[in-house]
Order: sequence, then structure tokens, then C-alpha cells
Amino acid sequence: MKGLTKINLVALTFGFAFLYIPILILVFFSFNESRLVNVWGGFSLKWYGELFQNDDLLGAAWVSLILAAATSTLSVVLGTVAGFVMARFTSFRGRTLFSGMIYAPLVMPEVITGLSLLLLFVSIDWGRGLGTMIIAHTSFCMSYVAVVVQSRLVSFDRSIEEAAQDLGATPFKTFFVITLPVIAPALVSGWLLSFTLSLDNVVITSFTSGPGWDTLPVKIFSAVKLGVKPEINALSTIMILIVAVGVVAASLVQKRAMVERQRAERLAAAANE
Amino acid sequence: MSASGDFDDRPSAVLVSQDHGGFAEWLHVRLVRARLGWAAPFILWLVGRFSGRGMVIAIPYAFLLIFFLVPFLIVLKISFSESALAIPPYTDLVGILDDGFDYYLTIKLNLSNYWIVLSEDTYVRAYLNSAKIAAISTALCLLIGFPMAYAMARASESIRPMLLMLVILPFWTSFLIRVYAWIVILKTEGGLLNTLLIALGIISPDEPLRILSTEWAMYIGIVYSYLPFMVLPLYANLEKMDLSLLEAAADLGCRPTKAFWSITVPLAMPGIIAGCFLVFIPAVGEYVIPELMVGDNVRVIGRKLFTDFASERNWPLASAVSVILLAILVVPIVLFQRQQARLQEAGR
Repeated sequence: MKGLTKINLVALTFGFAFLYIPILILVFFSFNESRLVNVWGGFSLKWYGELFQNDDLLGAAWVSLILAAATSTLSVVLGTVAGFVMARFTSFRGRTLFSGMIYAPLVMPEVITGLSLLLLFVSIDWGRGLGTMIIAHTSFCMSYVAVVVQSRLVSFDRSIEEAAQDLGATPFKTFFVITLPVIAPALVSGWLLSFTLSLDNVVITSFTSGPGWDTLPVKIFSAVKLGVKPEINALSTIMILIVAVGVVAASLVQKRAMVERQRAERLAAAANE
Repeated sequence: MSASGDFDDRPSAVLVSQDHGGFAEWLHVRLVRARLGWAAPFILWLVGRFSGRGMVIAIPYAFLLIFFLVPFLIVLKISFSESALAIPPYTDLVGILDDGFDYYLTIKLNLSNYWIVLSEDTYVRAYLNSAKIAAISTALCLLIGFPMAYAMARASESIRPMLLMLVILPFWTSFLIRVYAWIVILKTEGGLLNTLLIALGIISPDEPLRILSTEWAMYIGIVYSYLPFMVLPLYANLEKMDLSLLEAAADLGCRPTKAFWSITVPLAMPGIIAGCFLVFIPAVGEYVIPELMVGDNVRVIGRKLFTDFASERNWPLASAVSVILLAILVVPIVLFQRQQARLQEAGR
């Protein structure tokens, strides 16, 4: 393919400027000495210092991390099974309902999901706390995992599974020894996706959390409602940094794996000749 | 479970029961190696007890039924009850009435919540307004997202992964932080945009731009937050497109503009539709953006539902609001689900 045409270059520049300028501004002003957002008072790390003395926020961050880790692990387990069912079992009674329940959470407005889960927990008298939040987050995160796993399985070369079964492996063994290692990258990205979705959720969390279980997004949300604060810029910068490092590292790992696979394929092709 | 009936005749179930010894041994060794030896008897029992296809389907099915479908039925039920000063703050639908002679089973369906939602101007306006804002935002997303996805798909193969990563990166950063960034920019007093425009002498300090707390803030917030949802399916679609079709069109004397409208756009339709649904449906019920960026000036249904629930503590009314919202959204949701299922089938 030839390089970018002028129109394409304009579209990309405009689009990426739109996506990135607000984030960069946020990062830039987190190092601002002044409390005012529109006045540059010199470089300073004081808001970071204040952030790390704020026990309230640190406690909430801890709750969020535990919640996100538990949610993403449970979501990967359930979502992998669900994605496997979607990709492999093309006809069973209730499949339409099943696929509906997988895809609907991807677009369902959060206020509806949050309210409905709250009413469920209230009617079965399940005290709200970490457990209800994990369940609530899993109910939408597992759909994302299922979709990721399903699309990986659809492009999966089934002949190696069949070979394993021909050699006497049980379906369970085939799944754990052959299928799971091959789709492992999809599981990892599903886990990471669930982690960030859970770490970010405000609406469903505020419906399903109990007293004393405030998460970081809920704290940020109520702080932002009261106004703009430089500490939030500092906190945002840290979160953006973690995500950026994570995403870049993950894509580098994936790229290296792809390069290695291509080399192996070339070697195999050369050996065949 | 509806699925459990048809697994006995499957080869998988037979295979598991025949070769159970070998697999159990293998699994046991694996578990011990993973320092889970203590849990091995339980896990082996579980695997032996429930094996085969039925169980594989039943686990996620049961979870989704209990934590996704049943909750909606409860919302439906509570939308017919009355608000009460109690814990939980609503009345029961079913009761036993004792009139002194006989006992009666009474079922009381309270329709007043629906009457309020469907007749009161604030609710009707909020629904219409939400739908309008979501539709315009979706169109704006498509307008910005399509050229981006198109340019990405036509870029040289070496820089495509980097471009894709640049779109995904904001998608992974916190939604809340991205909304907050726009508040910093758009604030009327002390916001960056106004400071800049005043410093450049474009506007006078006495008349700053008022964008926050208006409908414009909704559009900016939604377009900014949901843009990756539009770009990603479009890119996935456009990247797969067979470019020889365009060459054939050009060879036959078709002009690029015409080829774009009569070949590229129709072929990109599945991506366009998926992107539009991914933006439109959640945007109708959006709560965080109107709550943080707009406030009381613009009435939208997501925020109304949340205030009815949290401030007014009128759970039955909030339930009725969400039942009607769902009734409005059920058509796009079903269409979206059908289309996704079809796309997955096509990928086979």
C-alpha cells in the first residue's frame, strides 16, 4: 500500500489530537505548583505528595484493586467457558437466550444493570459489600471476556484438537493441554480488559456497594462533583501512566510472539522444501 | 437447565467416562504441581460428578440467568409496587387479606408509576431528549470516527499496529478521568479554553463561553468517551476489505468518490452498524457525563432514574423508568445482538 494521502493524514491528526490533547493537558497541570488550573505556577510535585498522604483515597484505591482483581479472575473463568460454549456448541436449547445474555451487557445502560442487581440483592437479603460488587462487576465483565475468547476460538485450527483426541486425550484434557495454551493471549487480554472496566466503574458500583466499601472511582466521582482539584490531576496522571505502560508492554510482548511465530513458520516452510 | 437434557448422547460425555482414570491422574499431578493438592479430591469429585457438555453450558448459563435476567424480572415486579417508608422502600405485590371470615390471596398491581412516567412532562421530555442527544452524538462519532478508521486501514502495514494502539490507549484509561479532563478545559470561570481565548483576545473576559452545563457539554463528553467504540469496529471492518474491488471499479472508469459511496461504504456497513449501536445504546442511559458536566440544565433519563432512586428513594418509580427505557432500547439491543451473532458466524 502507498503512504497516507493528505485527507487521511488530516483525519488521523485531527482524531488523535482530539483524543490526546485533553489527557496531555491533565498530565501537564498535575505538575503545576498553583492550585488554579489555568495559571501555571511553576513545576512541583506537591500534589503527588499530598495524594500519598490522603489515607482516604489510598484506602479506596486498595478496595478498587482487590475488587478488580477478584472480578477479572472470576470473569475470565466464566467468560472463557461462555466464549467456548458460544464458539463450539452451535445448537442447544436456549442458545438464542444465551447469546442474548452475552451480548446485551456490552451495550446495556449502566443505570439499568445497577438498579436491577441492587433490587436482586435487596430481595434476597444479601448484605451489600465486596461480594455483591464482585458479582455485579462480573456480570458485565464476563461478557467482554466471552466475546474476546469466542472470536479467538472461531479462528482456531481445530485439527490439532482433533489430533489430540485421536491420540486418546479426553475432551477435558484436550481443552486444558491444547486449547487453553493456544487461547491464553485472549485470556490475558480478557483479564486486563475486565480489570480496567472494573477499576473504572462508577454507576454499577454505587448501586451495589455497601457502607465502608467506597471504591476509588466513587471517591473521584464525588470529588469531581464538588469541583476541580489538583490532587485529582496527580491521581489521574498516575493511573494513565500505569495503563500506558501496561498497554505498551502487552503489545510489545504480543509483537515479539508474532515475530517468533512467523520465524518458526518460515523455518517450517523452508524445511518442507 | 434447558441445556442439560441433550448431553448424554454426546461423544464427549462417553469419552470422559471411559478415559476417566488417565485424566484424573493427570489432573491430580497438575494440581499437586500447582500446590493445589489439598483441593484435588474436591475438584476431581466435581469433574467426575458433572462432566460433559451439559455442565460446560450450565455454569455460565446459570450465572447469567441469576445475575442478569432474573434481576430484570425483579425490576419489572417492583415497578408495579408502591413506594413505602420501609426497608426495602416498597410494598409487596402479593398479600394475604383477612376480612374476619375468609382469607384472600391478593395481588395488587400499582400502575401509577407507569402513569407518572408516561404522562408527566419531565419524564417524556427526558426520554426524548436522551434519545436526541444520543442520536446526534452517534452521528458525530461516525463523522469523526469513519475518516480515522479509514485512514488507519489504508495506512502502511508497518504503522497500523501503532495507530491501533493509539486508539485503544484512551479506551483503557479511566472514563472518569477523561470526563474530568474536559471539565478542566471547559469550565466557564478558570477553564483552560476560556483562559486561552481571553488571552488571545478572541472573546472578552466579561463574556466567557458557557459550554459546561449546556447540551454542548453532553455532546463533547459522549463523543469523546465513546469515540474508540466507533473507531474499533469500523477499523476491523475496513482493514479486511478487498482492495481489488476498488481497482476493478477504477479500471471500469468509476471515479474514486463514486467508488467510495458505492463500494467502500456498503461493504463497511456491518462495522458502521456495530459502531453506531455501541455508541447509541449506552449513550441513551448515560449518567456520569450529565451528572458531572451538565447538571440540572439538561434533563436526561439516566440522571432522572438515578435521582429517583438515590435522592427520592422512590424505587418503584425508578424501576418503572428503567422498564420503559429498556422497552425503548430493546429493539436496538436485539438488532445489535443479532448482528454480532451473524458476524461471529461469518468469521467461522
